[in-house]
Amino acid sequence: MATLRDIKRRINSIKSTAKITRAMKMVSAAKLRKAQERMFALRPYAEKIDELLHSLVQPGEQDVHPLLQIRPRKTVEVVIITSDKGLCGAFNANVLKAGVKLINQLRSEGFEVTISTVGRKGRDYFKHRDVKMRKNWTGLSGKVSYSSAQEMARELMDSYINETFDELYLVYNEFKSVVAQEIVEKKLLPIAEIEQKEEEVYRDFMFEPSEGEIFNVLLPKSIEILVYRALIESAASEEAARMTAMENATKNAEDMIDRLTLEFNKARQASITKELMDIVGGAEAIKE
Amino acid sequence: MAEKLTLEVVSPYGQTFKDEVDEVIAPGSEGEFGVLPGHIPFITTLKIGILIYKKNGKPGYIFVNSGYAEVYEDRVLVLADSAEKAEDIDVERAKEALRRAEELLKKQENIDFARAQAALQRAINRIRAAELAGKR
Repeated sequence: MATLRDIKRRINSIKSTAKITRAMKMVSAAKLRKAQERMFALRPYAEKIDELLHSLVQPGEQDVHPLLQIRPRKTVEVVIITSDKGLCGAFNANVLKAGVKLINQLRSEGFEVTISTVGRKGRDYFKHRDVKMRKNWTGLSGKVSYSSAQEMARELMDSYINETFDELYLVYNEFKSVVAQEIVEKKLLPIAEIEQKEEEVYRDFMFEPSEGEIFNVLLPKSIEILVYRALIESAASEEAARMTAMENATKNAEDMIDRLTLEFNKARQASITKELMDIVGGAEAIKE
Repeated sequence: MAEKLTLEVVSPYGQTFKDEVDEVIAPGSEGEFGVLPGHIPFITTLKIGILIYKKNGKPGYIFVNSGYAEVYEDRVLVLADSAEKAEDIDVERAKEALRRAEELLKKQENIDFARAQAALQRAINRIRAAELAGKR
């Protein structure tokens, strides 16, 4: 049986761990609230721009803009959004698993696959694996800004236009609720294939300055928004996952403290009893 | 005319405005344009400026920072990079931004001219929108 001092030491160490996990939970809760606010603010805009795009792009209309071109698929790019920091439960494991599955599936269909990752966890995971890593963005999680999403989206669009890859997927955690995140695989490029979801009538618009001019700004913008949205959703999911993980950790630590306290008290009583018996035994010996 | 237009202004930072109005005048990149009920389907890019709407004869002002406008079936949808109702504009901040932009433009060296110009435009239009709303 462990000595009193050993138990005391363990209780103290677990107490300080619980303090840390509790603090981390609070921090995550605050960050989550901020991320959620931004997400809700963006939603109407993202939906409207999507709507506008759908009403403009005619299926099969490819010549107006390079982003609308459908080329024969040879190389497929998969972008996987992970976090920089750990301690967030299965958040990264889930998205990486989904990413690997998609890569294997694309390979079995005979396409060449390149990947890019967001977040340190994704980079580290794929560093020693047999895939061609094209790009990596770190330092984004926690402070996603529109301009960083813009930069990332531009790089991806340029690579697409340069024919570095012919198709682009985004794999990320979508925020459903504080306790539920869902892995999403979204095809970003080519844009024309996004179409064909509803039987929307092509509306005959008058354009100013010109149709091409409108596409020139609208198409990149819509990709930027999609990337931005994915980054925010992922950031919110990360904080939610961390919050849940830290809450569980705090609860486990408290359970452990309770158990150890019980053990401590038992040991203390046992030692008192032992000492008493020693004294009584000693007194008896003197009497005789 | 009993018919109304539905005006909706959204930006990545949220929905700024949604209401039934009688008339909309918006700053298109090719010049200002007015929309009344029954307008043909129309899409244009917007420049930095002030969107004016009229409701029951009373005008309202919204600052819009570029983007698009779509007119379709008596609905005017404005997708702006940012947008603020005139009464929500922080005039002090806009004046500060105006001063900074002017200073930057005066230096005339080592500056991103287009960006400074855009900042100047934003500040001027914000202040003007706030003034217009104040005069009402």
